[in-house]
Amino acid sequence: MNDTKGRYRTLIGHRLFWPVAVLVAMLAANTIYRPGFLSIELKDGHLYGSPIDILRLSAPLILVALGMTLVISTGGIDLSVGSVCAISGAMACMYISKQPDQNSLAVVVTALAMALGVALVLGVWNGVLVAVIGIQPIIATLILMVAGRGLAQLITQGQIITINSGPFRSIGLGHLLTLPLAIFIALAAALLVAAFTRRTALGMIIESVGGNAEASRLAGIRSGRVIFLAYVVSAVCAAVAGFMMTANVSSADGNAVGLWVELDAILAVVIGGTSLAGGRFFLSGTILGALIIQTLTTTVYAMNISPQTSLLFKAVVVIAVCLIQAPAFRAKFSRRRRSAPPPPRPVADKPKEQVPA
Amino acid sequence: MRKMRTQSAPWRAVAVLASVLLVGGVAACGNSDTGGGGSKDDGKITMGFSQVGAESGWRTANTTSIKESAAAAGIELKFDDAQQKQENQIKAIRNYIQQKVDVIAFSPVVESGWDTVLKEAKDAGIPVILTDRSVDSADKSLYKTFLGSDFVKEGRLAGEWLVEQKKSATGPVNIVELQGNTGAAPANDRKKGFGEAIAANPNLKIIASQPGDFTRAGGKQVMEQFLKANPKIDVLFAHNDDMGLGALEAITAAGKVPGKDITIITVDAVKDGMQALADGKFNFIAECSPLLGPQLMDLAKKVKAGETVPPRIETEETTFTTEQAKEALPTRKY
Repeated sequence: MNDTKGRYRTLIGHRLFWPVAVLVAMLAANTIYRPGFLSIELKDGHLYGSPIDILRLSAPLILVALGMTLVISTGGIDLSVGSVCAISGAMACMYISKQPDQNSLAVVVTALAMALGVALVLGVWNGVLVAVIGIQPIIATLILMVAGRGLAQLITQGQIITINSGPFRSIGLGHLLTLPLAIFIALAAALLVAAFTRRTALGMIIESVGGNAEASRLAGIRSGRVIFLAYVVSAVCAAVAGFMMTANVSSADGNAVGLWVELDAILAVVIGGTSLAGGRFFLSGTILGALIIQTLTTTVYAMNISPQTSLLFKAVVVIAVCLIQAPAFRAKFSRRRRSAPPPPRPVADKPKEQVPA
Repeated sequence: MRKMRTQSAPWRAVAVLASVLLVGGVAACGNSDTGGGGSKDDGKITMGFSQVGAESGWRTANTTSIKESAAAAGIELKFDDAQQKQENQIKAIRNYIQQKVDVIAFSPVVESGWDTVLKEAKDAGIPVILTDRSVDSADKSLYKTFLGSDFVKEGRLAGEWLVEQKKSATGPVNIVELQGNTGAAPANDRKKGFGEAIAANPNLKIIASQPGDFTRAGGKQVMEQFLKANPKIDVLFAHNDDMGLGALEAITAAGKVPGKDITIITVDAVKDGMQALADGKFNFIAECSPLLGPQLMDLAKKVKAGETVPPRIETEETTFTTEQAKEALPTRKY
């Protein structure tokens, strides 16, 4: 009996419990509204259904949010990711559209390499502004957020570039083992980041820089380099996400690609439990956060919630997720219900780690 | 206005420098003109035009049309790109007033806040023509006319074509709608016009309607869910071509044939949309034409000659079916 209770408490206390609960609740609500929501069928040799759509469409957001997690963990923020998506997508599409054989694999690889190269430069630009020159991250990346949109439009000359390239299209719409290729790319990126940060000391170094950059420097960590690296990784993640977004519709629209994705990414990071103040970060939480955001969007369309109320609906769900996740809020709530206060969640090492509710 | 006053010193310096350079440039032009016989006396019309920006293919085509038709009509065009900022447009209009152009035309970035600068133009005796977008000034004498598309009519034309197509339908016809950005005038008006037209046949029913934000990605994402939530969709009405193009992919992925299993109606008639129509993937497009240059130049000549013009003039627009699209496509400018 005590054992079950203890196990129950560990489960509830797990930091991923509440995000998972919200995700399950949303899927359940959808299934009640339309029993076929979760049904998946095999069409043209791959799986087809709303859950598959959610996986495919959340892949770019997962990528952007991964980079954002690292940046936020260093105590910074990267507002330029949406523009980087647009620039990289525009570069790749522009190059492919000029080639005689758009279906050639070599052409697509060259296009991707070029666009990734540009993204690297943009990441270095952000990194230099923040880590070397010392401009506040929100201002430093705001520059590229605004200027980058213009750059993307310069590349596309204000037009929507439509391409017809099989290999490029498969980045957004291809399938592997009957599942969308995009989700595998996103998961591979997540595993790569996890391996580099959690199997080495790098993750802890990033967290310590986010906790206190100066103290970390005094302790022998090259804070500047770590911060610089985070912005470069973020730009590369955003570039790959940009490929997926443009490949999804086989066209690059400098105005629309990745518009406001930076805000969704920040939200995914926060839902995942990483504090905006920097410090500890949770990659699995971020991925879950991205899935929740995409499920929310898909729910609005699937239930045909009127556009006028859908924004309010989203806001209410997001507020609920953030509140239910905040240990302080939950403690207050359960204390009122029961007279005996439950043992508080293990106190954070640093006050910064608390998720602001 | 307020923004201009709170500009910081460096920016003011830049602005002053820029206007000095501009006036200098204009003076130089004037000199060379007088050398060539004098621009004012030969009856040549000078038009100052302030464009919104270059945010879309539609807008680029709009700019090209105005520039080309000005050259064709022998009107000297002073063109300014406001880059989506009202203060840039106000500055440009003030410059045109100082340069004493014959006609000022502009596409307002926003609806409000134009009274002061339009009053200045009126006091200087320079007629103003609005294009594409209107202003909300209570004093209608501040501008001569507003030349632009009628979004309600575009929606109505789309709806009327559908009513005609489905007049023999006995059962219910399920329509899904992809709206533009929530609250945008083209979205509201096209929805209204379409709704009014299909009310003629009670069998025609909109079963789902969501914003796809005028983008391909938006249209695709919404259509994917429409297709899963509604087993029987007969008609798609998209508020622009791009959302329709995005929806095409979703429809194909669902194993349906666009244009046959689902009748697709859109608005705009941009090149990719016209191509889809010619290929039989779309069934009908109500045009929203950016090519208002020739009409604008005609109007400029009329107001310069002192003729009265109607306060609201619609852009010359048409509709396209697949056959018409095949014919029109080779000569299409945008």
